[in-house]
Amino acid sequence: MRPRGALALRFVLAAPLLWLLAFFVAPFAIVLKLSFSRAVTAQPPYEPTFTFADGLSGLIESGRQFTTESYALLFSDWLYLDAYVSSLRIAGLATLIALLIGYPLALAMSRAPPNWRARLIVLAIAPFWTSFLVRVYAWIVILKNEGLLNHALLGMGIISEPLQIFATEGAVLIGLVYAYLPFTVLPIFNALEKQDDALVEAALDLGATRVSAFWTVTFPLSLPGLYAGALLMFIPATGEFVIPDLLGGSGDLMIGRVLWSEFFSNRDWPMASAAACVLLCVLLAPLLLFERAQSREANT
Amino acid sequence: MSSSHPLLQLERLNKAFGKTVAVDDVSLEIAGGEFFALLGPSGCGKSTLMRLIAGFDTPDSGRILIDGRDVSADPPHKRPVNMMFQSYALFPHMNVAANIGFALKRRGEAAGVIASRVRDMLRLVRMEGFEERRPDSLSGGQKARVALARALAGEPKLLLLDEPLSALDRKLREEIQFELMQVQRDLGLSFLVVTHDQQEAIAMASRMALLREGAVAQVASPRQLYERPASRWVARFIGEANLLEARVRQVEACSVTLDVDGVMHSVEEAYHGLEPGAAVALCVRPERMVLHRERPLSGNVLSGEIVEIVYLGASVSWRVRCDNGLLVRVVSQSAIVEDGPVRGARVFVSYTPEAALVLRQ
Repeated sequence: MRPRGALALRFVLAAPLLWLLAFFVAPFAIVLKLSFSRAVTAQPPYEPTFTFADGLSGLIESGRQFTTESYALLFSDWLYLDAYVSSLRIAGLATLIALLIGYPLALAMSRAPPNWRARLIVLAIAPFWTSFLVRVYAWIVILKNEGLLNHALLGMGIISEPLQIFATEGAVLIGLVYAYLPFTVLPIFNALEKQDDALVEAALDLGATRVSAFWTVTFPLSLPGLYAGALLMFIPATGEFVIPDLLGGSGDLMIGRVLWSEFFSNRDWPMASAAACVLLCVLLAPLLLFERAQSREANT
Repeated sequence: MSSSHPLLQLERLNKAFGKTVAVDDVSLEIAGGEFFALLGPSGCGKSTLMRLIAGFDTPDSGRILIDGRDVSADPPHKRPVNMMFQSYALFPHMNVAANIGFALKRRGEAAGVIASRVRDMLRLVRMEGFEERRPDSLSGGQKARVALARALAGEPKLLLLDEPLSALDRKLREEIQFELMQVQRDLGLSFLVVTHDQQEAIAMASRMALLREGAVAQVASPRQLYERPASRWVARFIGEANLLEARVRQVEACSVTLDVDGVMHSVEEAYHGLEPGAAVALCVRPERMVLHRERPLSGNVLSGEIVEIVYLGASVSWRVRCDNGLLVRVVSQSAIVEDGPVRGARVFVSYTPEAALVLRQ
């Protein structure tokens, strides 16, 4: 029985492993190799390229041509460092805002009558039925100087001059919060919904007010969902390209934009790859922290 | 002051959820130091009643008084009652000490006071040394003890216990049941337990209320409830009862003669206000009935045929189909009926005039 079970388990595990291998490990290996290459004006625009034409010695020879030039430049040019720092800052700020909006939303959803919850979840993910790009373009229409928002505010006499929101960091934040809010709401909702109602009742019974019952019981127990929601937003937001490119001004450099321009404008593939690899390492840090927190939670 | 009031007074409580009436005009009084049980089938409103007392739900009408003070409008945290939850509802992110100390911490007690109270509570439930453990590392019985300790730590005037034993297996259930009774006796505190398990209620409670469809069917001691049920429904719900539909023929000072399908039965007991001609039920418990091969010379007698014999270890249960079509159950001690009649045998069932009760409802 046992060997057969083990075999079956291997099959089950093989599918996600193959998937990871084909769509994560292999592309990443290519990017990693690119990042240690040298940009040239050629097709493809980097060298060395591996060919088996010269046999093994040719392979070794081309291996010698690997360089850390791109990384050296990456860490010496303030442009890149600035882009990383502002990416982390903007993504962090947007995540914070999304949590402040998303948590009460998730709380209200989890307290809604059961037959309403499913409808509210559908509403929360309804924006995904429209193309992401279309939705970002819609924000341009809303935010620009002669856009809907300014029009409405001017019409109501609240402002006398149009507000410059479009092409600012504010617009990028609005776009990020809007686009990733469902990713923060759903894990928090999930964590809140599965809590036993009796826990809050027990807290109330033992002398807690509604407010203190929330802070001593509901909130701490929802933290895993909150962390998951924060990560699900923070990680893609840090590398986001479309939103800063379309809604941000020319000064709002985020690393996603830098990557894009290195690849497509400068055709410096090694530089872009190096920037991508460093980004990955930067984003691994919060993931590892989350993992550690979870395993600590499980152990105590 | 407290001596002039019952500890808990429920005055004409009503509660409906939509069209469903959960609590229907319930009035009850529970004295200090009493172990009181609310018993009833599921959906009888006993849990709602407990939630009204705890303050998780508010009654549509009626009043709840604790120690003479109307708490009907108070939120749960202002009521001098604590609850042991059916699921125990231990806080999974806090250790045992923090769980037990929760109520005192909410009150702003000093850390030293809380720690010593937690120690006392753990000693009370025989769980010393478990301070640092997390709830999910405890066994079912240990969780129950911590839940009890947590509910008692705030020194409530009344402890509510919501199906406290339902999550435990049979052996553990008896053990925790015994401990609950012991703790209740030691502290002299009023316990109000909600349960659907009549054995549990009968074993633990000094007094109990039987609920049916939101209303109180009878309030009595377990013994009274079993031996003097107020209605056919109560008689059937508590233990087993043979109910013989009968018509009253003659009422005398200390006895009643009744017609059970043409056969006269007599019951020795004074019943006031019973009129000849009234339709009533005779209630006889299975262990008060006796099985005979020959027609007995005295007592009230039914004749019939054995349709089922179940050996239960200490006792034997017989099901007899009487000539009038009624099925009655007779329970005898195994030792007495070693060589009893077999299935299909013609038998006679008798009971004494003292063994029966006349039920008007």
